[in-house]
Amino acid sequence: MNADDVPQEGSPTYGGHLKAVYARTDDGRLGLVQSRGWEAEETVTRQAVQVFEELAANALERVRAGKSSPLEAHMYRARMDIALLAQASGFWRWQVRRHLRPTVFARLSKTLRARYAEALGIATDQLDIAD
Amino acid sequence: MSAIVRHYGLPLSEPMAFGLSSALTFAFLPFIKLSGLPLVSYRMPPRTIIRGLQKPLRFSMHTETFRRPEDGMVRLNELLDAGQVVGLQVSIFWLPFIPQDFRFHFNAHNLLAYGRDEASGDYLLSDPVLEEPVRCASADLAKARFARGLLAPKGLLYYPSNAPQEPAWERAIPAALRKTSQIMLRAPLPFIGVKGFAWVARAFERLPTAANPQAAKLYIGHLIRMQEEIGTGGGGFRFMYAAFLEEAAALTARPALAELAAQLVEIGDFWREFALATARMIRDRDPLDPAHLATLLRAQAAREKTFFTELDKAARLS
Repeated sequence: MNADDVPQEGSPTYGGHLKAVYARTDDGRLGLVQSRGWEAEETVTRQAVQVFEELAANALERVRAGKSSPLEAHMYRARMDIALLAQASGFWRWQVRRHLRPTVFARLSKTLRARYAEALGIATDQLDIAD
Repeated sequence: MSAIVRHYGLPLSEPMAFGLSSALTFAFLPFIKLSGLPLVSYRMPPRTIIRGLQKPLRFSMHTETFRRPEDGMVRLNELLDAGQVVGLQVSIFWLPFIPQDFRFHFNAHNLLAYGRDEASGDYLLSDPVLEEPVRCASADLAKARFARGLLAPKGLLYYPSNAPQEPAWERAIPAALRKTSQIMLRAPLPFIGVKGFAWVARAFERLPTAANPQAAKLYIGHLIRMQEEIGTGGGGFRFMYAAFLEEAAALTARPALAELAAQLVEIGDFWREFALATARMIRDRDPLDPAHLATLLRAQAAREKTFFTELDKAARLS
């Protein structure tokens, strides 16, 4: 790849940052060239983000319908799944799965809620608010 | 990685650190899943890169992990106050300065801490993803260093316990080249190196393209994410390795290596084309056809096989 061929497509996924790529510069040697983004990379990055966004949106609907606890929405918003939330919070997977049921979640003690809040990086009182 | 060595007085470029530690590889580990997708890597894990540099540069890297976050933060402060530059393993998800779209629960991210703001307690960091130095609040850094899950960092920090020395290039470079071609061509496991591409190709052909196109797209997109999004350089680190070969050609007076660098740049360009072809399928500009991508992958495997065979030969000539 020559320096002129380094894509400069201004991908929003970069959040205004630049990314360094190695390319052949004008003096014929390989060096670092700053890129403002590439569509192919942006596609796959957005794709990975969207998976969690969709999961979170679906979870939110279930929470509103009373079929799931707010914990599920928070979990996907933190880009986690059950396995990861279990590891991060120190619960077993079956416990996490159980806590996704609204009735069980409503009865959770303060200490257990604090553990989830800590793992998800949010304040304990936010745990009840799904939106 | 090279930044920490440079700080201790040895000018070492990033490609040189990458090449000297034989960090280039390919690994496809379908039995290790991250959110349901296989682990794919175009380079060695950071710990291997550290270990790979110790021998040629004749220094030893001191590593520490911690059971309690408080201990880990106290120790980091001690080292920074003593003027050390410290490498840290962190989870990229908890770093507030990383663009939102790159923040996933990926625990093997590495960055460098070089100081601390006395007044606010913020850490001064240099992160390979961003070109300018950044500041990070203590609580955020603690969370990133002690994230749990797969490859949990456990607060890992590292610093050289003696100054790195300029290597004997004539010996160190051929040894590193041999090691890389060894891994790419003769790894004892079928999913490592050139043979790994064939495994990916087979996995692509087995995707439920008709039954669940979304899952198939996610799978092929995942490979491209690992190739392009992770790390500096693009093209699955092939361009960075080419830059290393060019530098190595000058240092060891072996023009053959510069020719190989040019070949590898071409291979890197093919990887970029492969990424583009995949992205077009994901965006429905081209019909979804993972079997076609599998064909491209096999062609790529053949090119890399030829390349590494020649690299191996070039390394053995002295």
